[in-house]
Amino acid sequence: MIRVQAEDFDPAAELDALIAGRTDVGAVVTFLGLVREMTGNDVGGGDAGGARIEAMTLEHYPGMTEKQLAEIEAEANRRWPLQASLIVHRHGRLEPGDRIVYVVTASPHRAAAYEANMFLVDWLKTRAPFWKLEDGPEGERWVEARDSDDDAAGRWNAGPEKAAGKCRSPT
Amino acid sequence: MKILYFAWLRQRTGVAEEEVDPPADVTTVGALVDWLKTRSAGHAEAFANAKVVRAAVNQDFAATDAPVARGDEIAFFPPVTGG
Repeated sequence: MIRVQAEDFDPAAELDALIAGRTDVGAVVTFLGLVREMTGNDVGGGDAGGARIEAMTLEHYPGMTEKQLAEIEAEANRRWPLQASLIVHRHGRLEPGDRIVYVVTASPHRAAAYEANMFLVDWLKTRAPFWKLEDGPEGERWVEARDSDDDAAGRWNAGPEKAAGKCRSPT
Repeated sequence: MKILYFAWLRQRTGVAEEEVDPPADVTTVGALVDWLKTRSAGHAEAFANAKVVRAAVNQDFAATDAPVARGDEIAFFPPVTGG
């Protein structure tokens, strides 16, 4: 299931709804993405990471966003034996600490749930048509795509055979 | 055909969406970009560095040699930064 919305979401409620009444699910992996207050790649403080942002606005391409997310989710389901999956992505104005994206994968065993979750997040970062406009002390700035995101997404291109082989590893 | 612009391409062209009727020899995304560049100074600026512009035809990512036709919805935008 995929959803694109401006409103906030409740991760616990989303998770409960996804697996309500099911007794066949053995593993659920969740990824919650938040808006960080610092720009750039630096997470440890210092001045390497850039400025502190006040807010960011996520623009997206209505229609294509839903189409691409649905295709990414379908691809994850082809590659791994998932019993349920969910992608919720917000758009509009968000402030540091706000929830921005939630990805849930459920499967009988943990390996598939973990791998499919990473795959979904890596792919949505490079294929879902969202653009971040940061609002900081020096005005507005469009966030530039990162090569590391392409690298992260690219490692899944080895093909479904390899991925399927990996997910059959003992759990 | 319907053209959509997102993020800084929208800002530079000054339009979010426009309906255009390019000449018959505009049959690919690349040719469309060359033609769109001539529409205004803002369009020329938006497409000045084609390497950082991505395209979608009918809501699927498309390369510069992808075909375009009357009735298509074609979007131009920077590399995506969601997630």
